[in-house]
Amino acid sequence: MTTGEQQPPLYGLMAEFENPDALIAATRRAYEAGYRKMDAYTPFPIEELSEALGFHRNALPLIVLIGGLMGTIGGYGLLYWTSVIDYPINVGGRPFHSWPAFIPITFETTVLCAALAAVLGLLALNGLPMPHHPVFNAPNFALASRNKFFLCIEAADPRFDYERTKDFLLHLNAREVTDVES
Amino acid sequence: MQEIERHPNEQRLSDSIPVIAPGHTFASVTDKISAIVLTHRTPIGWFIGAGIAFALTMLLFVAVAYLILKGTGIWGINIPIAWAFAITNFVWWIGIGHAGTLISAILLLLRQRWRTSINRFAEAMTLFAVACAGLFPVIHLGRPWLFYWLLPYPNTMSIWPNFRSPLMWDVFAVSTYATVSLLFWYVGLIPDLATLRDRARHRFGQIVYGMLALGWRGSAIHWNRYETASLLLAGLATPLVVSVHTVVSFDFSIAILPGWHTTIFPPYFVAGAIYSGFAMVLTIAIPLRKFYGLEDFITERHLRNMAKIMLATGLIVGYGYTIEAFMAWYSSNTFEEFMIKNRMTGPYAPSYWSLILCNIIVPQLLWFRRVRGSVPGLFILSLVVNTGMWLERFIIIVTSLHRDFLPSSWGMFRPTFWDWATYIGTLGLFTALLFLFIRFLPMISIFEMRTLLPRTETGEHSAAPERRPA
Repeated sequence: MTTGEQQPPLYGLMAEFENPDALIAATRRAYEAGYRKMDAYTPFPIEELSEALGFHRNALPLIVLIGGLMGTIGGYGLLYWTSVIDYPINVGGRPFHSWPAFIPITFETTVLCAALAAVLGLLALNGLPMPHHPVFNAPNFALASRNKFFLCIEAADPRFDYERTKDFLLHLNAREVTDVES
Repeated sequence: MQEIERHPNEQRLSDSIPVIAPGHTFASVTDKISAIVLTHRTPIGWFIGAGIAFALTMLLFVAVAYLILKGTGIWGINIPIAWAFAITNFVWWIGIGHAGTLISAILLLLRQRWRTSINRFAEAMTLFAVACAGLFPVIHLGRPWLFYWLLPYPNTMSIWPNFRSPLMWDVFAVSTYATVSLLFWYVGLIPDLATLRDRARHRFGQIVYGMLALGWRGSAIHWNRYETASLLLAGLATPLVVSVHTVVSFDFSIAILPGWHTTIFPPYFVAGAIYSGFAMVLTIAIPLRKFYGLEDFITERHLRNMAKIMLATGLIVGYGYTIEAFMAWYSSNTFEEFMIKNRMTGPYAPSYWSLILCNIIVPQLLWFRRVRGSVPGLFILSLVVNTGMWLERFIIIVTSLHRDFLPSSWGMFRPTFWDWATYIGTLGLFTALLFLFIRFLPMISIFEMRTLLPRTETGEHSAAPERRPA
């Protein structure tokens, strides 16, 4: 990898850290240094990390709200249409539009659609399923699901410069910095 | 979730037993839990236990096959007692499932961090219990192969289900509950499946866990959305779980039958569901932690906390029984008065008093710290409560149905071999699914266990001194 010409296209540089605090500090420094196309990889959720990466807009709550509303409207609409319009049937003298009896099912369809929206929205926003991704090429990356913490600065970042970025990462207390082939 | 400030009193409140034994690191937690799944040597006890469970599952298959061949007449049911075992088992199983959702959703929202090591298998328990529960109304239909008539789909008969019936609400409540529980469980599993993918040594395991993990790579941005999704799902599951047993109780309380037609049913059913569910979590957790050496993760603090929840919900259930009796007297309604008298002194009185013994009297032992601290004691108590809750459903259904308004239409229910075979068969199915689950999936949420550790624990190479708060 040190020779210039023959190297395969580079996805980025992966720095490995021993603990979350070192990773958070490094991520903040990298953001301050102007890097934007980067991501951190950790074995468990760390709230400060996404902030340090400059991630603020989470569209998921809105998706879930829309899903839930669609469930409400769809559920109630189904009950209204079948019980009042398509198949009006007199049950114990109750009105066709007996709305209190429609509440439980409307509630259930609301929860069902909101939950489906949450899960499908989560997968869609995260771009999953994606069985392969360049970061898996990084040596030791299997430990990102065990006990190691990684920061990857991507080659696509406008400020990315192989030597300078590598130097930068090494100065952030990274245990190791490796190339990630794409 | 990581950054919860420690309450100054937490130390004292927590009985000084930690939720995770000291000395663990990110690596040791990961290795210990994943080793149970990725081992080459399945313990012999697993084969024995799973063998028995599978044999009982076969009994269920035989019972259901014979039922489909002969019809529901093979059970002891007849008019006036048309529901009996099938619906008793349905309500019992659904109730058991509720503790899983309570632990995974409500305790997550309440930031009860001790739930972390028990939520995974409690959720699995929910799924399997709901699977067993869902079976009963379907096989009870008489023509189970037409169960899809319950679903609203455009059909050549040009009819729609009657959505004013609580039985239809039940279809929606239970199927939504099963779906949402499955989604919640699977989403919770994704990061751990990635761990298994990365740690599996066999190609087959790598491929299967890899596909199931959907390519999870632990990106901080993914984690951010993941946490949002978990909280939102928990927020959705919380009212859902309350609604499910409420709707189940509507199956009874909307009818005009004495013993069923009461407004206390929804809260009383939900409390009973949590009561029996926690009993079942204890029944499962106690042998699991023993045989798999998980005492570090499922500590006595977990068992004590669950015992306390059982005590609290048990008291609510006791209040429900008292109010039932009180309202029967206070209403001055002949039929209500007769119903409660018949329960206490009629042909099913032994079942009623066993129920009071199992659900109200024996669990009072949980007031004693020594009982809450005794693992075998809690195990026995959990079995007692499970029995008691089953009897409760049996009493509600059978004693209310067997003697209603007209003495000329009274009857008796006696379970047949096939009643028992179906019930015991579902116990086998439930246990068999649990055995498969603990063999192939991590029974404790690995990534959530990592969040319980102080961040300075850096893994097996770490020479750093222990900095965990004592």
